[in-house]
Amino acid sequence: MKKIISGNEAIALSFGDSGGVFASGYPGTPSTETLEEVARLGEVYCEWAPNEKVALESAIGASIAGGRTLATMKHVGVNVAADALLTLNHTGVNAGLILMVADDPGMHSSQNEQDSRNYAKFAKIPMLDPSNSQEAYDFVRDSFEISEQFDTPVMLRTTTRISHAKGVVEQKEKIAQKIGPWVKDVPKYVMLPNYGKIKHVEIEARLLKLAEFAETTPLNRIEMGDTSLGIITSGVAYQHVKEAYPNASILKLGLVHPLPERKIREFAAQVGRLMIVEELDAIFEEQIRAKGIRVDIGKDKISFCGEVNADIIRAAAGDAVSESAPPVAALPQRPPIFCPGCAHRGLFSILSKLKVFVSGDIGCYTLGALPPMSAMHSTICMGASISAAHGMAKVNEIAGRTEKPVAVIGDSTFFHSGITGLLSMAYNKGNALVIIMDNRTTGMTGGQENPGSGRVLQGQPAQQVDIMALVKVLGIENVVELNAYNLAETEAAIRKGLETPGTYVLIDKNPCILRYRIKQPVVTVDPEKCTGCRACLKAACVALGLGTAAAGQKQKVQVDHNVCNGCGVCVQLCKFDAMSAVNGGN
Amino acid sequence: MEIFNIVIAGVGGQGVLLASKVLSESALASGMDVKQNEVHGMAQRGGSVISFVRIGDEVFSPVVIPGTADILISFEPLEALRYAHYLKPGGMLVYNKVTINPSTVASGLSVYPADVEEQIAGVCPEAHGIDALSIARTAGNDKAVNMVMVGAVMKKLPINAEVVEGVVRAVSKDKGVDVNLRALKGGAEA
Repeated sequence: MKKIISGNEAIALSFGDSGGVFASGYPGTPSTETLEEVARLGEVYCEWAPNEKVALESAIGASIAGGRTLATMKHVGVNVAADALLTLNHTGVNAGLILMVADDPGMHSSQNEQDSRNYAKFAKIPMLDPSNSQEAYDFVRDSFEISEQFDTPVMLRTTTRISHAKGVVEQKEKIAQKIGPWVKDVPKYVMLPNYGKIKHVEIEARLLKLAEFAETTPLNRIEMGDTSLGIITSGVAYQHVKEAYPNASILKLGLVHPLPERKIREFAAQVGRLMIVEELDAIFEEQIRAKGIRVDIGKDKISFCGEVNADIIRAAAGDAVSESAPPVAALPQRPPIFCPGCAHRGLFSILSKLKVFVSGDIGCYTLGALPPMSAMHSTICMGASISAAHGMAKVNEIAGRTEKPVAVIGDSTFFHSGITGLLSMAYNKGNALVIIMDNRTTGMTGGQENPGSGRVLQGQPAQQVDIMALVKVLGIENVVELNAYNLAETEAAIRKGLETPGTYVLIDKNPCILRYRIKQPVVTVDPEKCTGCRACLKAACVALGLGTAAAGQKQKVQVDHNVCNGCGVCVQLCKFDAMSAVNGGN
Repeated sequence: MEIFNIVIAGVGGQGVLLASKVLSESALASGMDVKQNEVHGMAQRGGSVISFVRIGDEVFSPVVIPGTADILISFEPLEALRYAHYLKPGGMLVYNKVTINPSTVASGLSVYPADVEEQIAGVCPEAHGIDALSIARTAGNDKAVNMVMVGAVMKKLPINAEVVEGVVRAVSKDKGVDVNLRALKGGAEA
């Protein structure tokens, strides 16, 4: 039966159809729906790990115990899991192991734009790069076979336009789960130097065998057409190439590491101009040039940054592109913003007012960096808010500055890698204010469960970590609960935290209104009292807007009752008592 | 058939994705190849959303390039203007006239263009604006704006209206079927 599904859904479906036994991952756009879909299908065990390293390590254990396994993450997650990956390449696998990584060229929802193909090269392991949903489905099965045949982890790489694009998929016959023996094998799984040395030799030999495999596998195919232009490409870039040049000769790589040298030479010899189309880094181009093969069009014409499309490819080849009117200029931007009713709005209203240095983190609250709040001054990676604030505080201390940095981190990010930063702060006599916004979900990726939400991936009840107790047990005495909806209380709490020497932790426990579908009574405005001063607009809430002004008067504020979710932040920002929450609001 | 390119624009939370799903499933049910793509993640937080549906005999790229859209369906006037350059010459624009303030306007950083409809007519003289919210409300649910918008373009697609209705029936939850079908019809008559 044919169905229209995304690349992520296709990977999940195929995992179940290919004898998958165990899956683990950490949410991250654009990878998140893969594991959610495994859970929804309900046939195979799966779980959210607190971070990607844990996910991959658990997957390694599952493979050692004999079950085909899948670990899912976004590109930056592989950085977190890299420690495990760069030794897993030595041990190899027992049952097949796939590390699915979703890259985000164009940075639709990421803090950087890294090309995970570098990891396959770095770890000297095979990587498959599907170009549509059907291949995403098919390549899962291929990956398991390669993993088991060559005793290696396999990376299955997607990009946003594969993970989130939907296309037609035809399911294959299901392979039953088959769990292999759980065997003790010290030289294989214990990476002491003496065993590691042997394994390194094996890695190099394995890579040669894989390169030979790359020459003959149908994963890499030559589509001979007009030979004046020959294009080497992979992944979604292949689709853009077909769009631009349906009749060109194409070497489509499904296995993107290691490369098939003979096949590339054979192809290059048959075409006029040789063009390489790859998103982000010049992974193919550098290797192909290093083999002494002439490349006519490559990264000199196609940017290292962002996505490609058919027009970018046409332009690179010197051909005409689609004509379009220029975009209409000077339109108001529509960036994402805190949802109406979100507790982050209260916190950032105060942080903005106090003009403190905010060391931020990855999550919905990163939006606090945008105007008009503009109350976040660094955001590096998962968990860095706390550790970076610690470093800032130490230098401030050395410089004799009295200002204390404020770290802001969400619950899921805290579990991911904030705990170790806080441990360091407690251990090294830190001097920062840490605010943990515990909304009981992994918000920005769409509301996934985590160790603090009280539920596992499939929704069943789970042990719920007590963040306050956890912070105390690290040795931090000053831990206080916060209600970010109450601005006066929040301001007082933050001021106290800033004035008190040492590490000070505030924890807000208001749940995510989006995830938990919380509806609060709406706010109304008394037009007689509203002076049009716009103080409430600092709440940066899409429920607020200005009405038309009467002659000689300022525009007065209006609240869109379809959008308002009654957090009451605007009510508290109003200095003229013109706003009120019906039934009290918060 | 030539590839038919549809761009659907709107604001996070308006149901752009469900509308895209209805159009894609309708194309599949009509025996066509289809690719559908939108970028989500941060879009839920009230940001601008754009989704592509491409249908034809064999569809390669999931992305619609500016200047090549046969039809732009916008759930909000400002977003119609923002993505109008996706239309090919002579392409159709159908938009919902009900405005939603972006956060930049709500926080006083910018002003919503009062002449948005005139500007739309300027870039696309044949543009057709409808009050999708009122139609959805009459159909029984404000949230059915997405079905109204699908209805409004239904006759302009290379797909039979009956197929679209069938898909709407299939994707709607029990109670929503009648509302969505009324919304679809309301949009088609607007």
